[in-house]
Amino acid sequence: MTTYHQTVAGTTYAFRDLVDLLAKATPLRSGDELAGCAAETDRERAAAQWALADVELRTILETPVVPYESDEVTRLIVDSHDAEAFAPVAHLTVGGLRDHLLAVTATPDATSTLAALAPGLTPEMAAAVSKLMRNADLISVARACEVVTAFRSTVGRRGTLATRLQPNHPTDDPRGIAAGTLDGLLLGCGDAVIGINPATDSPRAAADLLRLLDDVRQRYEIPTQSCVLAHVTTTIDLMEQGSPVDLVFQSIAGTEAANAGFGVDLATLATARDAARGLGRGTVGDNVMYFETGQGSALSADAHLGTGGHPVDQQTLEARAYGVARAFDPLLVNTVVGFIGPEYLYDGKQIVRAGLEDHFCGKVLGVPMGVDVCYTNHAEADADDMDTLLTLLAAAGVGFVITVPGADDVMLGYQSLSFHDVLAVRHTLGLRPAPEFEAWLSGIGLLDDAGRVPAVDVGATLLKELVR
Amino acid sequence: MSTPDFWSPLRATTQARIGLGRAGDALPTRDVLELRSAHAEARDAVHLPHDAERLESGLAALGLEVHRVRSRAEDRATYLRRPDLGRSPETLDHLPSAAPGTHDVGLLLADGLSARALDDHALPLVEALLPRLGEAGLGLAPVVLAEQARVGLGDHVGRHLGVATLVVVIGERPGLSVASSLGLYLTHDPRPGRRDSERNCISNVHPPDGLGYDDAADVLLRLVTGARELGESGVRLKDAGAAAVHRSETPGID
Repeated sequence: MTTYHQTVAGTTYAFRDLVDLLAKATPLRSGDELAGCAAETDRERAAAQWALADVELRTILETPVVPYESDEVTRLIVDSHDAEAFAPVAHLTVGGLRDHLLAVTATPDATSTLAALAPGLTPEMAAAVSKLMRNADLISVARACEVVTAFRSTVGRRGTLATRLQPNHPTDDPRGIAAGTLDGLLLGCGDAVIGINPATDSPRAAADLLRLLDDVRQRYEIPTQSCVLAHVTTTIDLMEQGSPVDLVFQSIAGTEAANAGFGVDLATLATARDAARGLGRGTVGDNVMYFETGQGSALSADAHLGTGGHPVDQQTLEARAYGVARAFDPLLVNTVVGFIGPEYLYDGKQIVRAGLEDHFCGKVLGVPMGVDVCYTNHAEADADDMDTLLTLLAAAGVGFVITVPGADDVMLGYQSLSFHDVLAVRHTLGLRPAPEFEAWLSGIGLLDDAGRVPAVDVGATLLKELVR
Repeated sequence: MSTPDFWSPLRATTQARIGLGRAGDALPTRDVLELRSAHAEARDAVHLPHDAERLESGLAALGLEVHRVRSRAEDRATYLRRPDLGRSPETLDHLPSAAPGTHDVGLLLADGLSARALDDHALPLVEALLPRLGEAGLGLAPVVLAEQARVGLGDHVGRHLGVATLVVVIGERPGLSVASSLGLYLTHDPRPGRRDSERNCISNVHPPDGLGYDDAADVLLRLVTGARELGESGVRLKDAGAAAVHRSETPGID
């Protein structure tokens, strides 16, 4: 076990091992303070970043933050590492990787170079380099990455910003959900997925919701996919019973123990993916998985301890969740960045930083990354912070964001983005919906010649029948 | 323009903010201000201290012995950042101590994430509960008011008081539509180290829109009785009106 030392302004700091160094080099956040692994002073944090910059990528590859023997996520990461893709950066340190990524980003073939590199990077390398990067670095490198996936629509193509339409209802009332769905479609949302968090994990209720969404999709021939975000085992059963499952959803995290807390393991995810692919419901692609993640999920499950029994910082564990995700060729992955509460991300500054880190780490690892730009009422954050994060993420090329009526999710009790927010940022930055969905919007009169979604009289649209 | 007539019947089907207008791509001023004021109300519920003196005298007027405790979270900012400190009492030395099972039922009234919920609902809830406990022949321990407290604090208090079944009445995390709502967490044989799966929860106590005091007290009494018969609370204890507390993806007030 290597101990790291660094002197800053006359004081020498010692870092126990790589786990300690990664944690102390992390920009300040409440979750690491809660776990007891954060730097105690800004100077200690700066020292850790100096020391981390000199760590070789090979060392990171050879020093798992969670033991290989006891954690299947580590085994997945190590065993699937692509040495050939790693070769161009194998000689670099973490600081060298930052410089390399930014240099590549400034070249004409940045997108293909970064795509080729992705399988050679481990989540821990991505996390490590992100800790040295400024917000602007996280944006520019992520923007140079393009991760395209498809099912009935194509998500992630440069110049597009897709949306999950999230018409949640506290009691899963079908008319209430239909009303929320109509509202979102009229505002040009739903191109990544129309996805409901069910109020219960009842298989019967999930089956009813799947039928409801599938009927709407077929009736209006909407080129999108639906999802009811039940537990993966519930969805596997529903597929066996013939329910119209497009995407299989599951919350995942970066340790085997945290995934066990979600009641899931890698074998179950593989079973689900194979079953959903077997249904052959995709038209332009066969990416069938949808994952949600979020910094702090391992700590909240008391499943955040790594090598030597010490806490691993929440951002490194979050990047490991993307290592899980990419093994299953998902259509969509999003971090639910401000949902978990102020004990993990205290305020708007920490939420914005974490959102950019998560998006960057996902993208450089080759994951089709979206973000639920969101906050709770006990965090020191508000709608202005969400505007900031949305605008930065849209500039960074985020694949999709979550949208709910009026930014208020009345089922989960938190605030995400409104449908309006996405219309506005698409216009500000010249972004468009997913291409298949954009053509559909045009066909039903919801797209004007300038490519914008006009305000229409709902009573004059065919979609009004959706709530009859 | 969307017609108000089209959306108004649909608003009866959902509290969601559907059919809002547009100012260009953005929300109209009125909707922006409505969201802001709802958020302000929720934030005030989180941050404003509650009127502990009024609650204490109200409980005393019901003939109850009342004590106050604080968690180790010294202020709101620490409380929000450090749930572990909110679960741990500063001291219990000033509370009467007794052997486990001395009292049938204990009540801990905790501010949680909405102190306003205690101000609004705690006293009438206790008033609804007292006659029901009396009729069932269940003895009540001295009532404890707790500040900067999370549910787990009750494990320390319940053990110290010698309570067989503890009920933590706590302010729930405010939403945009409801800023003042109580949750009731029942723990049989409370002691430090109890897991959330060993508790049962009744949430959304906030008449007239949420669960009413009499209904909540009825469910609570059934749960207390059930826990005493079963010898435990948690996942094996069921009632139609309540849920066992599993680890949730929603970080709450544990």
